[in-house]
Amino acid sequence: MTSARDEVLTRIRTALGDGRATPADVARDYRQADDRSPGDPALLDLLVDRLEDYKASVLRCGPGDVAATVARALDDGLGTGWAAAGVLAAPGVPVEWRPDGAAADDGRPPGQLADVAASVTGVAVAIAETGTLVLDGTPLSGRRALSLLPDCLVCVVEAAQVVGTVPEALRRLDPVRPLTMISGPSATSDIELERVEGVHGPRTLLVVVVTT
Amino acid sequence: MTGTVPGPAPTFLGLPTAPRGVGHLRGDEPFPDAARTALRDGQLRANLGHATSTIRAKRATVVGEVPDWEQLRAAGKALKAATMARLDEHLLELETRVTERGGTVHWARDAREANEIVTRLVQATGTHEVVKVKSMATQEIGLNEALEAAGVDVFETDLAELIVQLGQDKPSHILVPAIHKNRAEIREIFLRTMPSVDADLTDEPRRLAMAARAHLRERFLRARVAISGANFAVAETGTLAVVESEGNGRMCLTLPQTLVTVMGIEKVVPTWRDLEVFLQLLPRSSTGERMNPYTTTWAGVTPGDGPQEFHLVLLDNGRTAVLADEVGREALHCIRCSACLNVCPVYERAGGHAYGSVYPGPIGAVLSPQLTGVEDNASLPYASSLCGACYDVCPVAIDIPSILVHLRAEHVEAQQRPTPEGVAFRALAKVMADPRRWRLAQRAARAGRLLARGRPTLPAMPPPLSGWTRSRDLPTPPAETFTQAWVREHGS
Repeated sequence: MTSARDEVLTRIRTALGDGRATPADVARDYRQADDRSPGDPALLDLLVDRLEDYKASVLRCGPGDVAATVARALDDGLGTGWAAAGVLAAPGVPVEWRPDGAAADDGRPPGQLADVAASVTGVAVAIAETGTLVLDGTPLSGRRALSLLPDCLVCVVEAAQVVGTVPEALRRLDPVRPLTMISGPSATSDIELERVEGVHGPRTLLVVVVTT
Repeated sequence: MTGTVPGPAPTFLGLPTAPRGVGHLRGDEPFPDAARTALRDGQLRANLGHATSTIRAKRATVVGEVPDWEQLRAAGKALKAATMARLDEHLLELETRVTERGGTVHWARDAREANEIVTRLVQATGTHEVVKVKSMATQEIGLNEALEAAGVDVFETDLAELIVQLGQDKPSHILVPAIHKNRAEIREIFLRTMPSVDADLTDEPRRLAMAARAHLRERFLRARVAISGANFAVAETGTLAVVESEGNGRMCLTLPQTLVTVMGIEKVVPTWRDLEVFLQLLPRSSTGERMNPYTTTWAGVTPGDGPQEFHLVLLDNGRTAVLADEVGREALHCIRCSACLNVCPVYERAGGHAYGSVYPGPIGAVLSPQLTGVEDNASLPYASSLCGACYDVCPVAIDIPSILVHLRAEHVEAQQRPTPEGVAFRALAKVMADPRRWRLAQRAARAGRLLARGRPTLPAMPPPLSGWTRSRDLPTPPAETFTQAWVREHGS
């Protein structure tokens, strides 16, 4: 008996026939990159505009003020007086980005991350035009469950990581890493096609943009 | 065409279509009958009208923002055509890459085989419940029913799928399966079926979404097996992609120990770079967003991050039969955005259930009959006014109207006995070929004026003419024909 694999492959070859045409070249005459180079102030403005349009909150700061700004973001997300013990950072997030008392992810079982109030991560790249942050599972971005289970997510984006378009972003990413592209807080349009923010993923997305 | 073999009609290369008796590609009644019932439901028409006009406006706005939309669209079309031309090679490469990265690839000839594979994989883990990401392929094959028959509880986690599942309803839209329900109806379903729901639940969409979050949270955390579909699979890297909004997809793709992904063979794309096109086309066309809230990609298994056991099931179920049709194969290019549903005047009024298949609307009208063989969905190629709005919005420029006409021709040619329509048109051809017969026929038609009793249209006709007059006005024949008027005014 032929295997399903062989049979499906044979069917495909039958369907396409012997004299199958050589596929035409794909014209990639769409925009390959934005005119502005990564980190351009206009791109940062565009990113902020698009993030806010999808109900993320954005704070900007200089490289020396990241920890304090992350703390301010957490004031917004958790309310002032939040406990540092409830905040977990991705293991590769630099110590100088972390608010006092916030620990690094210790690899605990994923289910336990549901009890964490907020998480802090870096990103691999950000796309201005679509308001998208991409996390790539490296120590700076953290494992996927870390940016998923806590109800409040703080992402720190450095200016040089901000590109204009989707093609530029994909060129910077490693396709075999587990990637998460995040555009705003979790949302649904399932009820009368009206967008509502906040379903299973973090209901609050806070973004700290670090400019030099 | 042979057309004499019992069972699903074979295609001209003899490739098998999706089997009968399993899955959800065939309706219980022909489209016109189902549509007539649906059209009497005023609430349904109000819900659909509201939802489709909302999404049409959103899509138009975000598509208008993209200066190179037409170039992206052309690239999407060319990429899909190129992929289909080498489909076997891309699938083999995908299999190699996924396997190299710790995944296991399974091949399924049809719905039944896919259901058996997934059921076996779930049972092998020893669990009795699975969480599911919304997936058209698993709906197509009736996977939930197969798992439940094997004693496995299935939890749909997409909000709209949850509404459909809890309401014991059927999905009616590719993107928003509960589009036919309004907020008040959804509230009523939740109050009736969610054991721990707050009795004060309002019909505010945000409150309803929170109720779903509370309902599913515990299930996500305890689930050991998840089942998903895939929007894209990259052959050169073995990367799978799921595009979603709510985070239920991320929960399923990240938390359980085992992930089983069921994917139609046409979902493969050759290179990582190809996603730069589709990730721009899909979200703007489907939810009308610049980018959907969450896209997850993964390649095989990543130690310490996400499921440690990954199975990919590659599904045919009639797709190779579609591929064999040089005109119809373009239907396989579909990326399931549902833009064609939202602009279709027929879909907007009749709703998704009338199509009888999990693939409703214009794309369903070309895909379902090809997957099942046109005789099993013979009414669907006619469920269109051929206005072409679907072609205009399709992000990969599938020429749906041309495929509809092609399938109508195929259906007509497959008839063993003459149809009333065929007889009528043959008679008409005879009459029109001869001036004398034509003039006699015109004179005879004038008798119709007696039936009209002075009204501009004729009344409904008895069968078989009712087939025409049921949904169309037949104008009252004029007192004199154009030729007669010409002769009267200008002389012969």
